Amino acid sequence: MKLFKNLLDSVKPHFEEGGKFEKLYPVYDGFATFLFVPGHTSHSGAHVRDGIDLKRTMVTVILALVPALLFGMWNAGDLHYAALGETVGFWDKFFFGAIKIVPMIVVSYAVGLGIEFAFCVIKKHQINEGYLVTGMLIPLIMPIDIPLWMVALSVVFAVVIGKEVFGGTGMNILNPALTARAFAFFAYPTYMSGDQVWINTSTDAGQSVVDGYSGATVLGSYATGGEVQYSVMDMFLGTIPGSIGETSTVAIIIGAIMLIFTGIGSWRIMLSGVVGAIVMGLIFNAVAPYAISPEQQTFMAVPFWQQLIMGGFAFGIVFMATDPVSAAQTTRGKWIYGFLVGLFAIMIRVFNPAYPEGIMLAILFMNVMAPLIDHYVVQANVSKRKKRLKVA
Amino acid sequence: MAEVTEAVEKQKKQREPLFGKKNRKLISDPLDDSNPITVQVLGICSALAITVKLYPALIMSISVLFVMGVGNVVISLMRNVIPNRIRIIVQLVVVASLVILVDQVLKAYVYDVSKELSVFVGLIITNCIIMGRFEAFALANKPWKSFLDGVGNAFGYAWILLAVAFFRELLGSGALFGYQVIPDSWYLSNGGFYSNNGLMLLPPMALITVGIIIWVQRAKNTKLIEED
Repeated sequence: MKLFKNLLDSVKPHFEEGGKFEKLYPVYDGFATFLFVPGHTSHSGAHVRDGIDLKRTMVTVILALVPALLFGMWNAGDLHYAALGETVGFWDKFFFGAIKIVPMIVVSYAVGLGIEFAFCVIKKHQINEGYLVTGMLIPLIMPIDIPLWMVALSVVFAVVIGKEVFGGTGMNILNPALTARAFAFFAYPTYMSGDQVWINTSTDAGQSVVDGYSGATVLGSYATGGEVQYSVMDMFLGTIPGSIGETSTVAIIIGAIMLIFTGIGSWRIMLSGVVGAIVMGLIFNAVAPYAISPEQQTFMAVPFWQQLIMGGFAFGIVFMATDPVSAAQTTRGKWIYGFLVGLFAIMIRVFNPAYPEGIMLAILFMNVMAPLIDHYVVQANVSKRKKRLKVA
Repeated sequence: MAEVTEAVEKQKKQREPLFGKKNRKLISDPLDDSNPITVQVLGICSALAITVKLYPALIMSISVLFVMGVGNVVISLMRNVIPNRIRIIVQLVVVASLVILVDQVLKAYVYDVSKELSVFVGLIITNCIIMGRFEAFALANKPWKSFLDGVGNAFGYAWILLAVAFFRELLGSGALFGYQVIPDSWYLSNGGFYSNNGLMLLPPMALITVGIIIWVQRAKNTKLIEED
């Protein structure tokens, strides 16, 4: 650490006013505060500050994502070799996934941070660490086979249109990672949906895909009326096709515990989201006999608790819906927001077979609605207090 | 006699040349400083709906150019005889007749595009830019100036439309005016690396493209930056 400190101190004069790289001060500041607790103090008035600043918050979320990431790497290899009908060891599977996924993470961070740095230098802002989590989330919600330039383009769209246009970190209306996914989903649907993209089936000489192989996700199978090949236990453990980080409910629950325990993710949103999904699942169970088509009937009849472990619901509700910027801010608002996210997620995935990933659209939709919810929660409180004032 | 010549000279001085500074401004202003789409934010629906491809956007622009130029002159000629209370109805009648004319011509000569533009040709009648210029300009100005104003605004509308359509067709279908410009061998399906951006064909992207044009325009044109 001392090495870094000396290095930073030695280059500092160049970046301060009058120095050679004065314009790049935000870049210096970004690196310095990333490594060390900043020595800034407030200039006026009294401020009560939490001991944990934005950078530590972000790092905690990334740590919470690690189980899902590691599992995703192993799972990618596992599915690949299963599709080829080969049996290989644990590490072979893991490295296969790592070779696919690490470049995605590198691209995501390089492009995203590059844009953020450029904007900070132009606008003379401090560099924010808002992208640290987004940069990790984006690869985790992409299919394994997506070309890297599509990842890069989605990142550009998410950071510029989703975030910088509104004023940078903390000002965005939509969750940037989901903005990236929505962009990729609508721009390149053949690479983001269907039953070809979730498992890498590239074959070398002498290899071939086994007979009867299907790359459809669980949700995809239900939506098209296909047969679901995976058991409930598979879905819970995560050995199913899907976006890289979303498949394993176990890994996500570990992450969720970390977020709740450190107080960084809102347990209210997670809990109410799960409740919302269960409510919608129960409604569908009840109305299943009246469904308009046989496919929809099977989908509606899926036990309500199984909806929680299929597809990206768990990942979305734990890591995306709880984004402190784009979620509702008030306590009561969070309950309403989370509940509706869960409700809409299940509703969209069952009702619209074209969008099996309902959680993405549900969260983006509720992101837009969050300020409205907050507004009415605050107004309700104001009018309640006014009434009390009149009585007294 | 001296007085009369003086008066004539005075009148001469007042009469502006056909393309004087003020008149030129009538054309150049709507291109940038008071662009109907990016600054006044009028006529957005058609800008979103018909900018998927360049050719329909071009036809639309020409139609609007015709309706605005002629319509502004007609309204300006009638400005002193239109009763104030029913002026909107009169304006609507004028636009409607012009639009029907345009519609018939399109159906006769470019039937395909006419079908593609479908209801949006008819909707020129309700295009806010046209009604706006009738109300704000033609009713209070002489025919020549009104003509320039109409043409200027139509050009302001047209270049935004064409710019949006350019990007949407290029990135969305890899073509310009229907001609494939991105080589077939680039596509992933043919072993290349490229893929068309399907989002570009959807209406939201038109809105975002217009938004980006507004962003760039405001960054360049300091007059448009609002103080807050």
